[in-house]
Amino acid sequence: MSGQLNDFAFKIATPNGTGSASANSLIMQTIFRMGIPVTGKNLFPSNIQGLPTWYEIRVSKSGYTGRTPIFDLMLAMNPATYKQDFQEVRPGGWLIYDSSWPLDERLRREDVTYIGVPLAELCAGAFKGVRERILMKNIAYAGALAALLEMDTEIIRELTREKFSKKPALLDSNDKAIELGYRYVKDNYECPLPIRLERMDATKDSILIDGNTAAGLGCVYAGATVGAWYPITPSTSLMEGFTAFCKKYRKDPETGKNRFMILQAEDELAAIGMVIGASWAGARAFTPTSGPGISLMNEFLGLAYYAEVPAVLFDVQRTGPSTGMPTRTQQGDLMMCAYASHGDTKHICLYPSDPKEAFEFAPKAFDLAELYQTPVFVLTDLDIGMNDWMVPKLTWDESYKPNRGKVITAEELEAGKEFFRYMDVDGDGIPYRTLPGTHPRGAYFTRGSGHNAKGAYTEDGAEYQEVLDRIKRKIDGARGAVPAPVIKRNGSKVGLVTIGGCHAACVEAVDLLAAEGTTVDYMRVRGFPFGDDVRAFLDEHEVNYIVEQNRDGQLRSLLILDLEIAPSKLKSIRYYEGFPMSARYVVDGVNAKDLVNA
Amino acid sequence: MSYIAKPKVHHPSLKKNAIGLTRRDYEGAITTLCAGCGHDSITAAIIHAFWELDIQPHKVAKLSGIGCSSKTPAYFLRQAHGFNSVHGRMPSVAAGAAAANRELIMIGVSGDGDSLSIGLGQLCHAIRRNVNLLYVLENNGVYGLTKGQFSASADIGSSSKKGEINQMQAIDSVLLALSLGATFVARSFSGDKEQLVPLIQAGLKHNGFAFIDVISPCVTFNDHEGSTKSYAYTREHMIEMVDSGFVIPREEILAASDPGVTQTVRMHDGSMIKLHKVEADYDPTDRQKAYQYVSEIRAAGEVPTGLLYISTESVDMAEQNDAIAEPLYNQAFERLCPGADELEKLQKRFR
Repeated sequence: MSGQLNDFAFKIATPNGTGSASANSLIMQTIFRMGIPVTGKNLFPSNIQGLPTWYEIRVSKSGYTGRTPIFDLMLAMNPATYKQDFQEVRPGGWLIYDSSWPLDERLRREDVTYIGVPLAELCAGAFKGVRERILMKNIAYAGALAALLEMDTEIIRELTREKFSKKPALLDSNDKAIELGYRYVKDNYECPLPIRLERMDATKDSILIDGNTAAGLGCVYAGATVGAWYPITPSTSLMEGFTAFCKKYRKDPETGKNRFMILQAEDELAAIGMVIGASWAGARAFTPTSGPGISLMNEFLGLAYYAEVPAVLFDVQRTGPSTGMPTRTQQGDLMMCAYASHGDTKHICLYPSDPKEAFEFAPKAFDLAELYQTPVFVLTDLDIGMNDWMVPKLTWDESYKPNRGKVITAEELEAGKEFFRYMDVDGDGIPYRTLPGTHPRGAYFTRGSGHNAKGAYTEDGAEYQEVLDRIKRKIDGARGAVPAPVIKRNGSKVGLVTIGGCHAACVEAVDLLAAEGTTVDYMRVRGFPFGDDVRAFLDEHEVNYIVEQNRDGQLRSLLILDLEIAPSKLKSIRYYEGFPMSARYVVDGVNAKDLVNA
Repeated sequence: MSYIAKPKVHHPSLKKNAIGLTRRDYEGAITTLCAGCGHDSITAAIIHAFWELDIQPHKVAKLSGIGCSSKTPAYFLRQAHGFNSVHGRMPSVAAGAAAANRELIMIGVSGDGDSLSIGLGQLCHAIRRNVNLLYVLENNGVYGLTKGQFSASADIGSSSKKGEINQMQAIDSVLLALSLGATFVARSFSGDKEQLVPLIQAGLKHNGFAFIDVISPCVTFNDHEGSTKSYAYTREHMIEMVDSGFVIPREEILAASDPGVTQTVRMHDGSMIKLHKVEADYDPTDRQKAYQYVSEIRAAGEVPTGLLYISTESVDMAEQNDAIAEPLYNQAFERLCPGADELEKLQKRFR
């Protein structure tokens, strides 16, 4: 397996809560700053301390960011998972373990190279105190990897200096630990390994960022002023991001007061209630949550749909049903979000594929919510939300002005403009609204009970139906307003169709299939309800493989429901173990079926 | 929330308030509640209180949940935005609206089912959050719209119209509010407008969550012998702990007639509430004592009323969150969006 320059993957196994995160991000950032495309996937338990955790790093000179299930090297730091971890290295690969203790000979494999590094012993000699020894053991393995993979030590030093510029004692310890691991490996093994790094120039216009941070930043840029939330994995860091950016950008320079309000609610029901109240009163308000939170919010979502109140929700999906696996990823909420709440509803949904789109779709979501006066969901998932992705730098269009939708001002009311809350004045199904506290003639009653076009209570069937039918027209009108699908046509009769974070695996799969002689066209949907171009793509292909991360093929069902596509045209490739999908899985899925143009 | 539009005919001789509005201008649609419903009397008191305070109706936001009580915001202040939300969840909607626009004058109307069963959690947390909201709990001890089931405020041993005896302990909303740290706690009776109007006024002026539990008999399902929320029972058993008079800032504050039993509390806008204490050693600014008094009187089967507790150091939700003085909803976008250059600068940390 030579020729694996800048093209390999390795996995780091540690017990949770030992401080491995900083070592792992040091490794990631070093590779990134060497100009080499890199992706990290954190596979962590629903636990604070003790349970096994893994960090996968994929180095790809071609820029592929999907997860790979094949590991060239394993850094096994957790004896509790040795058995499993040792099995995961590919034949011919390398296995680094802590040789402070003898290895159980039954774990030996003949087809991998063992690299023992006495990390615990080295750190015991160099550091005082149990806590520091545990922490520095992680930094020491980064040093060992630096030698084996030929990481740029100058960059490592630069990073530790940036990180610990105000903590000289920590800087010393870090430098010492890196040197310990580095020196030991250099002195005892042949370095570097055939899998190694070499400077490239492929990352200078990119950043490493997680989707929750990017989405939180997007909410600041979108002009959101009220955030309400109930902490839930994996969405929590979205509100933490929003909070941090608000503290940085939203303090009034004169008074030091906040130009934002963040309300930690007692539960998700209250969180969405706050968002609805704030949006009703004219603020851009949002809530980040995950599937269990959306389940709780259903009643309120029906109110917002029917009473036509804007609301923005970020659903950072995790595995369901029920509590499921809270720290694993899935796309299991597609159906729930599209039709949340009792009665006839249909909601606008946006599906970003990576942190960059999570940032960009935030202002889009607020614009759509206010324009259509309805809840808008931004569905990411744990993989997009919590893992560090390499994405092109975020950009901001200075000409962006928020679209606040059809709001009649006090001045317009004063000038005699007629106002009936639920009247279709413009023929687009979108009524006008007013904000409380602005003008006596703007007053109306917001209610989830039956109401007519003038906003009055009704139990008259025809009046009720008039409003309900108009809302349907209104939401149908959003087909052309949600982000258009990303489409790549290669002249094939076979379509590969996907959604959200599966993009990373699918673009690579398209290339892998092409290399195997199978050409497919590609489409990634980005918004619901689906637009005409989604329908056209599905129609023009004899067969479409729908790739998604849930058990029941929810995207496929949505396409059938929303566009009335013949089910026989839509084959399904589903992966739902809770980890990000790999390109190999998609390729195998396509190959397993009868390909039309194979 | 059914209602019938009320004709807007004003008699020229109707008295006008300082902003030139008559009481009719503070009315809403005609009620569709049962004739004699306590809730309608509360609506009348609310109308009177707002009119007397010279509040511009459109500056008010009126919110409610679901149930008979929650219908009533349609019956007052037709020029105010109303929000009839979902069952038991009005406090969160109110908190959101208050966050967006701290200049809104907010009144929430709820019932004992809405507040003490399905919405108990939201009530508790709105109290803790000290949302700047007058919260009127129209308490009749019974589910009216679903025809007569006991609510969580029904006293143990009281009977339903069908003769069933309530076996479960009642939640006393006033004791609950006191224990949760509410900054304004009052109880009144729908049949006692003289007591209720100044309480509503003081509640509107209170900087924070003002909680008023109003015993409001249900003439259809809970006004019989055996009920402890009937007109007869309440009239017989209510004990006025503190008789409050609300003094609007423009009026000269009259000297207290008896310094031993009258206490004046200054509201955040300069208005005053004068508290005439029936029990000379009752101190409505002492939470522990208030709790003790109310518990004792309640144990004796009586209903203590009046302004039972007021904090003079109330910090409302917006202040707790260190929010700017102006409303958030209409901030200029330039002041909210950091812009392209800042984004470029920020991203150095993501490399």
